[in-house]
Amino acid sequence: MATHIASVYDEDLKYLTRRISEMGGLAEQMVAESVRALVNSDLALAQKVISDDAILDDAERQIGEKAIITIAKRQPMAADLREIMGSIRIAADLERVGDLGKNNAKRVIAVSSASLPRQLARGLEHLAELALVQLKEVLDVYASRSPEKANSIRERDGEIDAIYTSLFRELLTYMMEDPRNITPCTHLLFCAKNIERIGDHATNIAETIYYMATGAQPVGERPKDDTANTVGAIGT
Amino acid sequence: MNIMTEAAVEKALDQKMNTVSHKMVGKDVSVYYGEKRALFDVNLNVRENTVTALIGPSGCGKSTFLRTLNRMNDTIESCRVTGRITLDEDDIYDPSIDVVELRARVGMVFQKPNPFPKSIYENVAYGPKIHGLARTKAEFDQIVETSLQKAGLWNEAKDRLHEPGTGLSGGQQQRLCIARAVAVSPEVILMDEPCSALDPIATAKVEELIHELRANYTIVIVTHSMQQAARVSQRTAMFHLGNLVEENDTDKMFTNPDDQRTQDYIMGRFG
Repeated sequence: MATHIASVYDEDLKYLTRRISEMGGLAEQMVAESVRALVNSDLALAQKVISDDAILDDAERQIGEKAIITIAKRQPMAADLREIMGSIRIAADLERVGDLGKNNAKRVIAVSSASLPRQLARGLEHLAELALVQLKEVLDVYASRSPEKANSIRERDGEIDAIYTSLFRELLTYMMEDPRNITPCTHLLFCAKNIERIGDHATNIAETIYYMATGAQPVGERPKDDTANTVGAIGT
Repeated sequence: MNIMTEAAVEKALDQKMNTVSHKMVGKDVSVYYGEKRALFDVNLNVRENTVTALIGPSGCGKSTFLRTLNRMNDTIESCRVTGRITLDEDDIYDPSIDVVELRARVGMVFQKPNPFPKSIYENVAYGPKIHGLARTKAEFDQIVETSLQKAGLWNEAKDRLHEPGTGLSGGQQQRLCIARAVAVSPEVILMDEPCSALDPIATAKVEELIHELRANYTIVIVTHSMQQAARVSQRTAMFHLGNLVEENDTDKMFTNPDDQRTQDYIMGRFG
């Protein structure tokens, strides 16, 4: 796209793009580290994730302020307006991703006191890998602004949902086996739910990017395979 | 009086909007100034009870097009207009058309407020007088009051009706010019950058006025302010180098226009 007549305007927009990419990198790292801390019972790493969240919160505030000032000063139109509004939304999603990573990290202490079957940890790792791939790809799409790729990410959210549902069932069986598992398994259930939510935020971001690029909302329902909310209901 | 509530205005407009009717239709309109061609086969319809904004960079032909709508270009010696422009399906360039009567039906408000060097009262009463719209003093009083009411100037001007119009502030003068245009009961009001010489408060008042006038009139406005076009109009037409490049709903035009040139222009980018 052609550059603005006022070059400082371009600088303002570039600032937003750069800060979003930074936020994305940090959020990704926090999620990866929180899962690693969980699997390895690494309290020091968990602590790092918890303190990193403040950086992410700050970044979101700064992006919000810059966006407000830019709107007030430049009265952006069309693609520029969508770009700025999109930045605000993506920053909010990334901030939530950080919060979810932080929440996982906080649970490390509670979970580490119990010995967990390897298999469960692996299930969680797998879920996290998928969510991280989603997050990484969506950040790449943010850089390229490809509406086609944004759409394809959106269509893959179903995978994460399906694995989350199977983890949910698995955790239930551990709890039924031995009531002493209930506390750690409940924590793990929350962790799994957090990771599943991270996938949702990645999907939100993909939808925002699609809107930024095209000015239209993505068509159709997003795919859902999260049936955990009906597990245990009569007839399932 | 005739000041309608916001809700009443919206309701009246919704009813009228359900059926799109074109007050004025421009077909293959081209304008030449001597050898120089200023407009290239413009096809643009002006919807009734709608504010249509014409935007585009300087020299793009938007004011030229506006002026064809009440034959203002006739006053320029070398100017030649081809194509067809109709008002309620009557060709306004037909030799049988009385231009003075046309301009009473299609009024105009200019960039710089230009009240006559007469009293506020006479500024408003002048049009009705030459068009024979009133005879008795009571009738004139009524027209002056109604017109000033419609232009949102009555409260500020009612105690000084016989003071010179030029003694008003810039914003008030512009509203006086709008009252003067309204006084002859036009059907269409053309506005050529009506707020470019006004401060933000006077601008807001004129914009509010445009919003209210829309219930009873069809308005075409040329503006250099993107924000103003976005605020006051329902339809927007973008001109570039004498061509109409895009005409669309205003909401669409300013969030997601179809044409690259519109994009670049409204976003302030190099095309």
